[in-house]
Amino acid sequence: MRWLLLKDLQILRRSPLQAALLVVYPILIAILVGLAISGGPSKPRVAFLNEVPADSRISVGGQQLPAASVGSRICSRVECVAVKDRAEALGKVESGDALAALVLPADLVDEINSLSSLSPGAPKVEVLVNESDPVKAQLVNERITTLLAQANLAIARRIAAEGGHYLKLLIDGGELPVLGQSIHILGLRATGQILSALEPALPPGPLREALGQVTSFAGEARENLDIAGPLIERLAQPIQVDKVAVGGASPPLETFAIAVAATLTLAFVAVLLVAGSLALEREENAFPRLTRGLISREGLLAEKVLLGVGVGLVVTMLMLAGLEIFVPLQWSRIGLWLAAILLGGAALAAAGAALGAAAREVRAVSLLAFMVTLPIAFLSLVPSGAIGGGIYDAIKIVTAIFPFKPALQAMTAALDSAGPGIAGPLAHLAVLTVAYSLLARLALRRFATI
Amino acid sequence: MQARGLVKRYGNRQALRGVDLGTDPGELVAITGPNGAGKTTLLSILAGVLEPDGGEVLAGEGEVGWVPQQAALYRRLTVAENLLLFARLEGHEDPRASTEEMLELSGLGERRGEIVARLSGGNQQRINIAIGLLSRPAVLLLDEPSVGLDPRQRARLWEFVSGLAARGTTVIFSTHDIQEAERYGGRLLVLADGEALFDGSPAALREDVRREAPVAADRDFETAFVAYLQHRGH
Ligand SMILES: Nc1ncnc2c1ncn2[C@@H]1O[C@H](COP(=O)(O)OP(=O)(O)OP(=O)(O)O)[C@@H](O)[C@H]1O
Ligand SMILES: [Mg+2]
Repeated sequence: MRWLLLKDLQILRRSPLQAALLVVYPILIAILVGLAISGGPSKPRVAFLNEVPADSRISVGGQQLPAASVGSRICSRVECVAVKDRAEALGKVESGDALAALVLPADLVDEINSLSSLSPGAPKVEVLVNESDPVKAQLVNERITTLLAQANLAIARRIAAEGGHYLKLLIDGGELPVLGQSIHILGLRATGQILSALEPALPPGPLREALGQVTSFAGEARENLDIAGPLIERLAQPIQVDKVAVGGASPPLETFAIAVAATLTLAFVAVLLVAGSLALEREENAFPRLTRGLISREGLLAEKVLLGVGVGLVVTMLMLAGLEIFVPLQWSRIGLWLAAILLGGAALAAAGAALGAAAREVRAVSLLAFMVTLPIAFLSLVPSGAIGGGIYDAIKIVTAIFPFKPALQAMTAALDSAGPGIAGPLAHLAVLTVAYSLLARLALRRFATI
Repeated sequence: MQARGLVKRYGNRQALRGVDLGTDPGELVAITGPNGAGKTTLLSILAGVLEPDGGEVLAGEGEVGWVPQQAALYRRLTVAENLLLFARLEGHEDPRASTEEMLELSGLGERRGEIVARLSGGNQQRINIAIGLLSRPAVLLLDEPSVGLDPRQRARLWEFVSGLAARGTTVIFSTHDIQEAERYGGRLLVLADGEALFDGSPAALREDVRREAPVAADRDFETAFVAYLQHRGH
């Protein structure tokens, strides 16, 4: 068997196109995926005019923020192009040099600070958008709207907290700083206590009755205002997002992307190589010569699967090593990677053998392998919920029959501990390996015609 | 090697209709007959790569070597790599020595490092034969071995094959070259439409023709042979 293996490797070396495809293709995928996951979508360019005095501070709810941090916060979300004045900002937007301009006026911080005072102002920022590129304009709109919503939320929270603080003062009493001086506020609770202490001292009559009403009002008011406090806080963010992850933790996007790249590589190498090399035995008329006692059909199949797993392992590991340039991988999990690659490779190679036994010419088989592998790979990436339930169930069945999806699941589990376990996919792959090997063996029965 | 009542059908087509063949060690048997007569089918069944629909094959002791009509080799490997691969698969003790022997025999020693795909058809056929000879068989089956070979290489082939037969190897070959069949086949099996029309020595066939078409009998063997087939409606 090893001589046949050696022969197949020699042939692979002699077929520059095939060999190049097997090496260059995975490297290309690795670079693309690497760039995609390390770069992310480029940030929109925004002209940024910050007229707020550098030393001013935003103070809401007793906390102070240097105004300068607002600028850096904005510029972490978009690519800021600093401009001198509004005219330059406008020019940049008009010329298309910047997709939008954001102007923070000089009085912005003062206006914000006034929000929690007794005479609240109306802070405003100015956004200039160039809508000649609708897609990008929308992107900018969304980014800026999100930024402002976040800023509004933060400020609203502080104001609500401030309002709550005033309420608490009203209920419990305390010190209120006004114009640098501190005023003592009695508070409803103390008022009620004082009044109820006074009550027995008064003679029964209309006055005492009136005092009783005042006392009970103070109590009711205190209770109602107690409820008002949380209400005001709730006003800042009426709808709260309560995120619950269902169906196990999903792995980080990067890990998933790497798993996809690795599995695609493995799938193409294993399926194409095994299918092609089995068909080659027939194309070269070597099959009858080999199976006349030189090697059993099972032996030949095992040799092909070994070839696919071996070359697939090397190329996939090379690709992972290449990805290491872009993202650090957890090399301590290499044992699990190997398990995923070996079993995934075996199942994919067995599927390749079944395909390879189905047609006589290498070209036809390669085309067939592409036509089967590509759509199934795409189907395997369809997330649940993206399409209707019935179709998704059908896709689930189709992708469970071909080894790509379980190989992807095993690869994902092997790369990251956060994802679901690896045992299930590995068992699935083992079953598929056996099933496709049997299928390939059956197909080889019809193989010997001269 | 003994074969009895061999029947083979491809769908509705009868490729063999009960062919018998028994050979003795060292015998050289030429199978001839028109295209589609069933020669390849018969040799493939004898080689064990095709299952007959009826009848049986009893192979004696030792290996049965087989050289298929269509070259069975790896065209992307070199001449030497092909020979070495099959010598190894055959389990030769010294596969490199066997490779050298076959390179010598096929006269391709100088082109050992060349990719087979770049060789001429005749040279590819030489390697095809050499691979079949590697197994040092007790019975050697050759399906149109001389097709595409130049006269010198043909002579070399038959010299080698005759040598094998002289040392006790049974050789069964098919050919369309009727002179070749007469010259090298000690025994002639004529197949037509899946039936064995004749099984005997070339001289005996000429005798049959003499009775049926005396004019053709004393011409060359090919003319006699064509007359023989014509007389039987082929
Ligand atoms: N795989 C096949 N499927 C269907 N029919 C076949 C197959 N192989 C051979 N045949 C038919 O069987 C008959 C015998 O074919 P075979 O190849 O044995 O003839 P042959 O004597 O070797 O011919 P040739 O001299 O052309 O090599 C032919 O009619 C052929 O068409
Ligand atoms: Mg033939």
